[in-house]
Amino acid sequence: MTDTTKTQPATRGLIPLPEAAARGLLLAGGIATAASAFLAWTWTSAFPGDLTINGYPGGLQWLTFTAGLLTTLFALALYGVRGLGWLLPARNNAPLALTALGGFGTTWFTVIAISNKLGGVVNLEPGGWIAAIASLLPVIGAFALHQQGVGEGSVKESIKAYLTKPDSIPAAQPLTPWLERAVITLVTILGLGVFTYGIDTEYGELFIGYLIVVAFSLWALNTAGLNDRFSRLVAHNRSFTLAMGFLAAIAFPFTQTDDHYANIGVNILIFGTVALGLNIVVGLAGLLDLGYVAFLGVGAYTAALVSGSEFSRFSGVQFPFWAAALTGAAASLIFGVLIGAPTLRLRGDYLAIVTLGFGEIFRIAVNNMDGDSGPDITNGPNGIPSIPDLNFFGFNLGQSHDIGGFTLGRFANYYLLMVLIMAIVVLVYTRAADSRIGRSWIAIREDETAATAMGINGFRVKLIAFALGASLAGLAGTVSAHVTYSVVPTPYQFAGSTPPNSAFLLAAVVLGGMGTVAGPILGAALLYLLPEKLVFLQDKSLLAFGIALILLMRFRPEGIIANRRQQLEFHETGQLAVPEQTTLTDEPATATKAGA
Amino acid sequence: MSTMTTPVLEARNVTMRFGGLTAVRSVDFTVNSGEIVGLIGPNGAGKTTFFNCLTGLYVPTEGTVSYKGTVLPPKPHLVTQAGIARTFQNIRLFANMTVLENVLVGRHTRTKEGLWSALLRGPGFKKAEKASEERAMELLEFIGLAHKRDHLARNLPYGEQRKLEIARAMASEPGLLLLDEPTAGMNPQETRATEELVFAIRDKGIAVLLIEHDMRFVFNLSDRVAVLVQGEKLVEGTSEVVQADERVIAAYLGEPFEGEPGEAEAAEVAAAEAEAAAPSTTSTKGEGQ
Ligand SMILES: Nc1ncnc2c1ncn2[C@@H]1O[C@H](COP(=O)(O)OP(=O)(O)OP(=O)(O)O)[C@@H](O)[C@H]1O
Ligand SMILES: [Mg+2]
Repeated sequence: MTDTTKTQPATRGLIPLPEAAARGLLLAGGIATAASAFLAWTWTSAFPGDLTINGYPGGLQWLTFTAGLLTTLFALALYGVRGLGWLLPARNNAPLALTALGGFGTTWFTVIAISNKLGGVVNLEPGGWIAAIASLLPVIGAFALHQQGVGEGSVKESIKAYLTKPDSIPAAQPLTPWLERAVITLVTILGLGVFTYGIDTEYGELFIGYLIVVAFSLWALNTAGLNDRFSRLVAHNRSFTLAMGFLAAIAFPFTQTDDHYANIGVNILIFGTVALGLNIVVGLAGLLDLGYVAFLGVGAYTAALVSGSEFSRFSGVQFPFWAAALTGAAASLIFGVLIGAPTLRLRGDYLAIVTLGFGEIFRIAVNNMDGDSGPDITNGPNGIPSIPDLNFFGFNLGQSHDIGGFTLGRFANYYLLMVLIMAIVVLVYTRAADSRIGRSWIAIREDETAATAMGINGFRVKLIAFALGASLAGLAGTVSAHVTYSVVPTPYQFAGSTPPNSAFLLAAVVLGGMGTVAGPILGAALLYLLPEKLVFLQDKSLLAFGIALILLMRFRPEGIIANRRQQLEFHETGQLAVPEQTTLTDEPATATKAGA
Repeated sequence: MSTMTTPVLEARNVTMRFGGLTAVRSVDFTVNSGEIVGLIGPNGAGKTTFFNCLTGLYVPTEGTVSYKGTVLPPKPHLVTQAGIARTFQNIRLFANMTVLENVLVGRHTRTKEGLWSALLRGPGFKKAEKASEERAMELLEFIGLAHKRDHLARNLPYGEQRKLEIARAMASEPGLLLLDEPTAGMNPQETRATEELVFAIRDKGIAVLLIEHDMRFVFNLSDRVAVLVQGEKLVEGTSEVVQADERVIAAYLGEPFEGEPGEAEAAEVAAAEAEAAAPSTTSTKGEGQ
């Protein structure tokens, strides 16, 4: 305490408390929060998750426990406990404030949800009250910590000072290659665990609590500088990390006992793969395509037509999957070129409108090609049902199989197939982005006139981006036709309340982070899970989704996972900004001196 | 020196009309290999428009542009492919790409690796990428920005952005480089450095055509200077000839008067400035007390 007052005599906390008290409150509060999860919070198991038993936390209580534990760990690191220094390399307050807020958020959400669901606060046991108060303590402690920049401006600015990441994080001790890989492996396993937990949440309240804790924890880790450190490890071990990610993705169905969750998994993968394809068009080449879902539809319909379904126009034809996949991708590619060739000469807004139109034309055309109002190809609104399951060398994807003691159901099989497809798409994306053609896409996005003046044939490279994006969506569509047993026109619309549709695809790209690999996949996962888990929102889900999107664009326009370029673009943290700021603050100082 | 006489660029009767406005009027223009040619003229004279006609950004209403004897189609990428590269008056770098990436984009026309080669990553692809990078780094050494290869272009100071734009243009291995006001916004020191740079570019066998408002700079550098006034080529010749020409002086000062209006204007401006300055100083004093 003495050394902080020596080095930064002017700092103080937002809540006036001695520094020692603030730290004590943090630690005690963190422990109390974690411990309160072991109490009974309510008297009846009518609230899901059974929060009634002393000694056995259930459902949301585990989330409170996790948040409390994290707060405790960070508090101990702040005390300088040996072995925990790596958690808080910059010794900054932001991670503490954020984990404390995470614990507070999820606990209070739970308590309020209990009162709301069961009709009043009388339904809370003393344990619930204790948890609510305990989770408030670390928040008070965190905002009482002495912090630079507090008290100079408004309360809002002070709070901002608590939550911002410091400019420089001390560099980490170099690890041996084996240790680096061990860390990456551990993080991957942890990530798989967290992700699986989210998919397996059984009721909406648990999912919201999960989102609160995960969001605040990730934010805390980011402000602690741990994300940057991890990115550096990843940069050293790129292919190892990719391999680990791939293994983790494969491992997911083996952790599931209920094929329903594998179904969610396979749908997320389809949605994510298509979003990644769209990311080539929007994120790299900067072409706003509002009708992209049509290409998924082209792939799905093509696969359905050659699947051997008795309702298919070509019911006698049954392609092996590899041929069907190639045909679907090729059909989408042809449609991409047909739609792109006339539209890609347009710029900006015009392109968006025209692609929106083409997207709708696809759906309406498919709806009408039923033999009455058009040629008999797609069965109109009835679609093509009874698409047979895939069969690889006698391995029927439609049946459950026992592999090494694990039972893999139908959806788990398709999930594994989709992991393979996604791996291909990720490979295509990364390789294309880091090449002559990828650079010309980015150049076109940045300044089309300058790009053409540098010798880039704008139309040609845009058409390549469009066609590549289309064929990747088509590829995903061929699997999706088999997963859903049938294809109908309705999902392939511009906007709807469930993914995939063009608006959701675009939102997944923008929300996750344009121009990154992980961003659109994460965005797709979130956008798929939200309507799936929050069924109680029902028809209000689109409204909630809209509000969430506006908030995100206001506070983090570069998306959840920031592209290096966009991070600089939106937050002006480039080198030019730093000297500018110092001159700005210097000026009034000299002016007042001269005046006096 | 037989090379001195081979024309690199020949513009014949180039006219550019925007509706009723004729921005460039029947301009004939030649640049020979090994030459540095200056193009000057008052604001709005049509210099940039003429550049845009040469590089295919505008399709000239009339006239043709040929490079080394072949008529150029008015398509920017084909012009660059043929061997004419340019910079822009208002810097147009790819702001969110790194310095190195900007120069690599300039290599676009001189490399062929398409999508398939990028996806399959055969030995040919790796070799081509490596060669491109080496060439780009050479250019960055040449303009003195090699140490900033991984900086985002938008974060460079102004003078370095102009230099980077030149390097990016040179990456396309042009026979003719068009520079639109390369020293705009530079301090005298940077301007002198740019002068050296232009000479060095010429010594690499690249002809240079440059638009400039800095007269000392342009007359120092150029083997030949052309003056564009209201879209028409008024005078063309060596620095001495152009500097001595009365019509040029008149064009810069306004309509052909004796020069009095210019003086009167200057006096007016000075008076206004003095007036504007006076109250502001008193007010600051007042605040101080
Ligand atoms: N795209 C356009 N549409 C209509 N008018 C244009 C267009 N481009 C240029 N002009 C007009 O043509 C004239 C010449 O402009 P230009 O930019 O070529 O001048 P300049 O000689 O480069 O001037 P400066 O020295 O200020 O750069 C101006 O009157 C300008 O307004
Ligand atoms: Mg100009």
